[in-house]
Amino acid sequence: MPDATGLELIAQELAGSAPDGEDPVLQTLHFRGRGTLLVRREGIRTVLEQLRGKGYGFLSSVHGVDHYPEEPRLGVIYELLDMARVDRITVKVRVSLDDPHVDSVTPQWPTADHQEREVYDMFGVVFDGHPDLRRILMPEDYEGHPQRRDFPVGGEPVIFTHNENEAMGTEP
Amino acid sequence: MSGQPTMSEYRRREQSITLSPVEEQVDTSQELLTLNFGPHHPATHGVLRLLVTLQGELVRDVKPIIGYVHTGIEKTAEDKAYWKVIPVIERMDYLSYYFNSMAFCGAVETLLEVEVPRRAQYLRVIHMELNRIMSHLVWLGTSALDLGAISMFWYCFREREKILDLFEMSSGQRMHTRYFQVGGVIEDIPDGFAAKLAGFLKEMPGRADQYGALLNKNEIVLQRLRGTCPLDADSLLALGVTGPLLRAAGYPWDLRKADPYCCYEEFDFKIPVGTVGDNYDRYAVRLAEMYESVKIATQALEGLPEGPHITEDRKVALPPRHELATSMEALIHHFKLVTEGFRVPPGEVYFPIESPRGELGCFVRSDGSSKPARVHMRDPSFVNLQATSKMVEGSYIADMIATLAMLDPVLGGIDR
Amino acid sequence: MKREPLAPSAGPTSVSPDDLRVRGLNSRQLLRGGDLQGITNPARLEGTELEKYVEESVMTTTLDKAVAWARSNSFFPATFGLACCAIEMMSIVAARVDVARFGFEAFRASPRQADLLILSGRVSIKMAPIVRRIYDQMLEPKWAISMGACCSSTGVFNNYALVPADKFMPVDVHVPGCPPRPEALMHGVLKLRKMVQDDPDMGWRERYGARGTEEVIPSPHATASVPLQGDASGA
Repeated sequence: MPDATGLELIAQELAGSAPDGEDPVLQTLHFRGRGTLLVRREGIRTVLEQLRGKGYGFLSSVHGVDHYPEEPRLGVIYELLDMARVDRITVKVRVSLDDPHVDSVTPQWPTADHQEREVYDMFGVVFDGHPDLRRILMPEDYEGHPQRRDFPVGGEPVIFTHNENEAMGTEP
Repeated sequence: MSGQPTMSEYRRREQSITLSPVEEQVDTSQELLTLNFGPHHPATHGVLRLLVTLQGELVRDVKPIIGYVHTGIEKTAEDKAYWKVIPVIERMDYLSYYFNSMAFCGAVETLLEVEVPRRAQYLRVIHMELNRIMSHLVWLGTSALDLGAISMFWYCFREREKILDLFEMSSGQRMHTRYFQVGGVIEDIPDGFAAKLAGFLKEMPGRADQYGALLNKNEIVLQRLRGTCPLDADSLLALGVTGPLLRAAGYPWDLRKADPYCCYEEFDFKIPVGTVGDNYDRYAVRLAEMYESVKIATQALEGLPEGPHITEDRKVALPPRHELATSMEALIHHFKLVTEGFRVPPGEVYFPIESPRGELGCFVRSDGSSKPARVHMRDPSFVNLQATSKMVEGSYIADMIATLAMLDPVLGGIDR
Repeated sequence: MKREPLAPSAGPTSVSPDDLRVRGLNSRQLLRGGDLQGITNPARLEGTELEKYVEESVMTTTLDKAVAWARSNSFFPATFGLACCAIEMMSIVAARVDVARFGFEAFRASPRQADLLILSGRVSIKMAPIVRRIYDQMLEPKWAISMGACCSSTGVFNNYALVPADKFMPVDVHVPGCPPRPEALMHGVLKLRKMVQDDPDMGWRERYGARGTEEVIPSPHATASVPLQGDASGA
């Protein structure tokens, strides 16, 4: 795990690497021994490639988070692993609901294929450049993105004595 | 074709699945056939659907379609207090339930910064290694069943029953035992468990020798598994594959050795590594792992330290029952824990462990309340399944069945 | 389904309303409930009519019972494992709880050859139409066991993704547990076996709302020859 100073050094080296010249790293966070880089969504591909250059060559996991009610709401988290030095680093991108587009990293990291599809299915984040962005866990024609915080859990109503009549539709 | 029947929207969307481009077929006698290995099929391990494009008997493309056992576990987990999440999260990868709960408990313990007592860690190791043996036994039994060696099924399940007896002894349940809790294990092992476990561990290597004697040099097994569907380590790493599949390709990566958690650094064991990365290596690696798990469990049993079986922090773990009669604080803690549950400081953490199928990671995001804000399990089978199409390209259907068996996909984990 | 009345045997069988067989038929009719229009009530028959009625019903009932006995002892379960309960279902095939003792070890892969669907595991909304299709592909008579909490109700997971099996297909036996022990599943299968043995008409007409679709051939012997099992209330 890069310690706090190592994390800051990495963030400094990444500054100025984005295609539009701006610093892609918005924030660094060192929590419970792990480093997290909050990155602007335009620079995600270059940041991951730069980190691959530093040795983090294994994309362990791509998953989504819903930060409701904080804005920007939807987050995509990339967990990178450096197998040679056994080092992990986390890269985070946050997008809002009105413009939930993130560049897909699948062309460079094939492991992100199904995982980005899952983030799309569960949260609605659209990955531009993904070869085959379809729903993966829910039926193809399902409407809604279940893992968002404002999506109801759903399910059958549990029938107790106090609501058995309205649940079963019988007369009390 | 004249007069295509009108298709529903659903079917039309299904047809939008893009299959990989294949070279132009000049020979029209060998046209491509798209076959649906439906979710209900005797050979798919669970409800996995495959769209297979065949040219004669050769597989040109495989597209797995999953989601038929999607249970919304992660959504359900957001609705429950942390300790109530444990039974829900255990049912994800249903052959390695101790690993699911270990990943989750490890993540929550990291967030809480609570220390797990050594006895609890050793007990966790014992149960996890027993689970690993059990998962490999089920894999071996069902894979041999797929290949046609049907009697292996009964031999493997005979051992599995012994392991489940041990689980029943320590926790009362055969599967999904809810034994691991945040801070340790829920109960100490009863009398007689150590003796029974020692007896089992003594005879298990002999049984594994029997399985090896049946299958290792079997002509049919060799012909079906040796040299079929190999994939090199670089492609596997690019696809994110971990676990026995990666080790079979020659890459010695095991989180128990590389990034030890839960006292694994105190045990002496080896990691079986293959050479070629074909199906036979995947089989051999898993068979060898059973021996290593026996070794770890034996060492853990012999070195089992005395001490509490769960953390002493009353804000996290339930106080022992006898304290409730005398101590007011214990009563209040008990009440608070049972009704509301413990609160976890806000933060996000990712806790990876080595499950029988690869890297099982649990991501927990806490917003400071007593319910998690997001639980995500990075399931190894979900990521390993992406390697299927690369592995089986250009091989026969029968090899595809064998490869699926050797991949060891557990659909509960894939679909969550 | 037509039941042809048999010619009553010529012989010194004198049947009176106190006869055990008549009393058995009476109580059976009572249990079926109420006054059955159009059905011959054996309590009201006398003499030769009663005799004929008893001959017919006892013969067909015994034959039905024999067929039911054969059917119940040779279930062919369909391999339909969905999730964790499937592992425990595999355990009943294994050596400790041996389902082959009862003759049920022939798990058929094709639903067309199976007659028992053991739904083991959680049924998601994506899988439900497929389960229904498999169930429809099975030939009558067929039975379904819902194994485990997840398919009986939604079990541990009461959420958007699951549907209990009762909502889309008729289930005969629910086996509780998460997962049920192999012995518990065995108990459920044996309960189903007993159900099939005791009640030959397994109620598929009731399941599909097809009561009254039995074909009736007016017999020259009895006054009103209607299928004796169950009620024939309205078509």
